[in-house]
Amino acid sequence: MDFQTFAWVAQDGLTTGTIYALISLALVMIFAVTRIIFVPQGEFLSFGTLTLACIQEGKFPGTVWLLLVFAVLASTAEIIDAHHRSRSLRGTLSQLRSLAFYLGLPLLIAAVTWAVTGHSLPFVLQVMLALMIVTAMGPLLYRFAFQPVAGASVLLLLIISVAIHVALTGLGLLFFGAEGARTSAFTDGSIELGSIDVPLQNIWVIGTCLAAILVLYLFFERTIYGRALRATACNRTGARLVGISPSLAGALTFTLAAALGALSGVLIGPITTIYYDSGFLSGLKGFVGAIIGGMASYPLAAAGAILVGLLEGFGSFWASAYKEVIVFTLIIPVLLWRSYKDPHREED
Amino acid sequence: MRASRIVPLVLLALLALAPVLLSAFYLTLMNYVGLFSIVALGLVLLTGVAGLTSFGQAAFCGLGAYATAVLTTQYGISPWLALIAALCITGVVALFIGTITLRLGGHYLPLATIAWGISLYYLFGTLPGLGQFTGIADLPALTLFGFPLKSERTYYYLIWGATLLSLLLTHNLLTSQPGRIVQALAGTASMAQAFGANTARVKMQVFLYAALLSCLSGWLYAHLQRYVNPTPFSVTAGIEYLFMAVIGGAGGVWGAVIGAAVITFLKQVLQDVLPALLGRSGQFESIVFGALIVVMLHRARMGLWPLLRTVLPKPERQPLAEPLDIPQRPRREHGEGKLDGQHTDTVLLDVRNLSKNFDGLPAVQDISFQVRVGEIVGLIGPNGAGKTTTFNLISGALPATSGEVELNGHIISKLEPFEIAEYGLARTFQHVKLVPDLTVLDNVMLGAWLRRKDGFVRSCLRLERKNETLSRREATRQIERVGLLDHIDVLAGSLPLGHQRLVEIARALMANPLLLLLDEPAAALRHLEQERLFALLEQLRTEKMTVLLVEHDMDFVMRLADRIVVMESGQKIAEGLPDAIQRNERVQNSYLGCAA
Repeated sequence: MDFQTFAWVAQDGLTTGTIYALISLALVMIFAVTRIIFVPQGEFLSFGTLTLACIQEGKFPGTVWLLLVFAVLASTAEIIDAHHRSRSLRGTLSQLRSLAFYLGLPLLIAAVTWAVTGHSLPFVLQVMLALMIVTAMGPLLYRFAFQPVAGASVLLLLIISVAIHVALTGLGLLFFGAEGARTSAFTDGSIELGSIDVPLQNIWVIGTCLAAILVLYLFFERTIYGRALRATACNRTGARLVGISPSLAGALTFTLAAALGALSGVLIGPITTIYYDSGFLSGLKGFVGAIIGGMASYPLAAAGAILVGLLEGFGSFWASAYKEVIVFTLIIPVLLWRSYKDPHREED
Repeated sequence: MRASRIVPLVLLALLALAPVLLSAFYLTLMNYVGLFSIVALGLVLLTGVAGLTSFGQAAFCGLGAYATAVLTTQYGISPWLALIAALCITGVVALFIGTITLRLGGHYLPLATIAWGISLYYLFGTLPGLGQFTGIADLPALTLFGFPLKSERTYYYLIWGATLLSLLLTHNLLTSQPGRIVQALAGTASMAQAFGANTARVKMQVFLYAALLSCLSGWLYAHLQRYVNPTPFSVTAGIEYLFMAVIGGAGGVWGAVIGAAVITFLKQVLQDVLPALLGRSGQFESIVFGALIVVMLHRARMGLWPLLRTVLPKPERQPLAEPLDIPQRPRREHGEGKLDGQHTDTVLLDVRNLSKNFDGLPAVQDISFQVRVGEIVGLIGPNGAGKTTTFNLISGALPATSGEVELNGHIISKLEPFEIAEYGLARTFQHVKLVPDLTVLDNVMLGAWLRRKDGFVRSCLRLERKNETLSRREATRQIERVGLLDHIDVLAGSLPLGHQRLVEIARALMANPLLLLLDEPAAALRHLEQERLFALLEQLRTEKMTVLLVEHDMDFVMRLADRIVVMESGQKIAEGLPDAIQRNERVQNSYLGCAA
C-alpha cells in the first residue's frame, strides 16, 4: 500500500468513524442518564437517511406515519398515568401541556410534511424537515416504551431496547420497503488535500460532526438543562431530590439522541446506500466505540468509534469479506482490557 | 390418581401420538418447537435463573450444525461421532468466550454476546470450506441402531426424545444443590460465596451447559434439514431465542417449551396474515414480536409460565422427613489446625493489625483481637465504627489493605470468601441475603454446600439424592431450632425481616462451622423471638460453638457475650469482660458523649 492509497483509505475510515462517534456519544449519554443500553440508536440513523431520501423524491415519508403511531402510544400512556394522579387544576394544566407535546407537536410536524410534500424544497429545509421528523420520535419512544419501567434493572431495559430494535426494523421494512436509498450529496466535487482528492461530502461530514460535538459540549457545560442531565447521570436519586424530574431527563436525552441519530443518517446518506435494516450494524459499531470508553467517557467513546471506522476502512481494503468479523472481534481484546482495568465486583 | 399426575401424562401421550395425529405441516412446526425448546431451555437457566443475558446462543447452534456438516460431508465421519466432536468444539469455544466475558459486569456480557454472534455468523458465511453463504448440502441422514431416521415423522421422536431428556436434566439440576446456587447467582452471589461456592466457576458451568444444549439443537437441526447455511444462526435468531425464554418465563423448565411454541406458531400465523393485511410481502412478524415483548416486560415480567401454573393442578408437596443427624462436614486440613477439642484457651480466630482504607478513607485501623474456641465474643461500637467492615474483612468479602487474619492456624486474609468458608467460617449478613424465590427449606439447605460434593453432572443425573435427603433432614432440624418449622415451605422473600434473620442463622448453622459470624442477629426481632435466639445461642455455647457477633442491643450482648471488643471510628478502644466494659469510661464517652 503506497502512501496515497493509505491516506485515501484513512480519510474514508475517518469519515465513517466520525459518524460512528455521533452514535457512540448518544449511546453513552443515554446510558449515563437513563441506564438504558439503547440498541435501536442505529434505527434513528437509517430512518434519518430514508426520510430525507423520501423528501428528496417528493414522496410522503413513512416515518411520519410511524411518528403518529408513536404519538398515539405516548399520549395514551400519558393519559393512563394522569388518570392515576390527582385531578387538581394544576394537574389538568400540566396534562394539557404534555398532551400538546406528545400529540400536538407530532400532528403539527405531520401536517407540515404533508403540506410541503410534492413541492421542491431547498436542500437545507429538506434536511431540517427530516431531522425534525426523526427527532420528534425520540421522546415519544421513551414515553411509552421506557418511562413506565424506568426503575427496572439494566438487563430488563436492555431486553426492551432489543425488542424495540426488532419492531423498528420490521416497521422500517413496512414503511420504506426493502430497497435501499442514497441521498444527494451536500455539495458535489472534491478538494485536493496534499496528494489525495477528498470528496467534499467527507469534509461536510467531519465538519458537521465536530460542530455537533461542540454544540453538545456547550449544552452540557453551559445550559441548565445540560447540567440537569449531568446531575441525573451522576446521581439519579440526588438529582430527583433537588427537583430534576427523571421523566424530563429521559425525554430530553432521547430527544438529543434521536437528533444525533437523524443527523448521522443525513450525513451518511450520500456516502453509503442505507437499507431499512442498515442501522443495526452501524449502531453496534457505535457500541464498540462506547464500550472502549467504558460506556462512561465521552472523549474515549468518540476516539473508540473513530478507531472502529478506521479499522473498518482498512479491513474492507485488505479483506473485505472479513470486514465485519474484524470489527466485531475487536471487541474481545477491548473487553479483556476493560475487565482487567476495572474488575467487576459482584453486584447484589 | 391425582390431577397433578394426570395432566403431564395426558400431555406426554399427546406428544407421543402427534406424528399420527398431525398433518405434515404441523409436524414440521412441532419439530421446530422441539429444537427451539432445547436452546430456550439453556437460556431459561442462563438468563432467567442465573441472570446472565445472552443474545448469542444461535451462534452455538451454528457451531454444532457446521461442525457436523463439515465432518460428515468432507471427512465421512459418522454423525454420532460428529456430535461428540461438535460438543467438544462448542465446549472449547464457549470456555474461551466465557473466560473473556463472564467476569465482566452485567451489561457488558449481553453486548459481547451480540458481537460474538455477529462475528461467528460472518465467519460461517466467509470461511472457505464452509460453503460461504450458499451453505453445505447433502448431510447424511441419521441412523439409530441401524434404523434410518429419514422421514420427519421418525425424526420427530429423536427431536422430542432429546427435548424431554434436556428438560429432565435441567429440571433435576434446578431442584438440586448446585441449582440452588445458580438461583442465588442473580442478586445474592456474595452470599453464595460466603458459603463456599465458587460463583465464577458456577457461572461458567451454566454458560457451558447452555452452549452445549444449543450445540445439540444445531446438530439435530443440521441432520433434519440435511443442509446448513448461515441464516438460521444469525444474531436475529439469537434474539428470537432470548424472546422465547422471556415470553415463556423463567420460573421453570416448561417456560422454554411454552416460549418456543408461542413464537413458532405465532410466527407461522403472522407470516400468513400480516402480508395479506398490510398488502406487502416481508417479515413483519418482527413488529408484533417486538411489541409483544415490550408489553410482556411492562405487564408480566415473569412470562407466561407462572401465569399458566396458577391454573394447573398443584404438585404434591413432598412430605417432610423426620429430623436425623447427618455426618459432620469434613473440613480441609482439619488435623493440621490447632483445634484439638475442648481446650478453651486455644485461639481460633486471630485478627492482627487489620486495616482497611476506602480510597484513602480509613474505615478500619489497626484492629487486633482474638477469639478462643467455644467463646462468644461481641463486637460493639456506635454506628459507623467499622464493625461490619471488620466482618467483611474477616470473611473475605472485602480485601484488607493491610494486616492478617488467622483462622484455626491458617492465614485466611488473602483468600476469596469461598475459600475461607472451607476453613470453617459461616456468617449472616447485616442486610439479609436470602434467595427470595426459594423456600425457607431451600435457603437453609444452601448452607450445606461444602458438606456435600454434589456437582453439576451428578445433580443432573440425580446421583445425589441420598445427600439431598440427608441435608433436607438436617435443614429441617436447624429450622426447628430457630423456631420456624411452621414456615418451612414459605418463600423466604415473603417472611418478615425478623424471621429472615433467623433463616440466615439456620443456614449458617447448616454449614456446620467452626466459627460463626453473626451480623446484628437480634435486630428487627420481636421480644419473644429475641428470647428464643438467646436460648439458641446459649445452647450453641454448651456445644462449644465459637461465635463472633456484632449487635446493637446492649442488654442482649452484655447478657450473652463472654468478652466484648469495642470499636469507635475504625479503632479498637476497649476489650474485656462485659462488666468491665460497662464501667469503662472511654466506652461510656463514646456511647453517651460523657461518662455516666
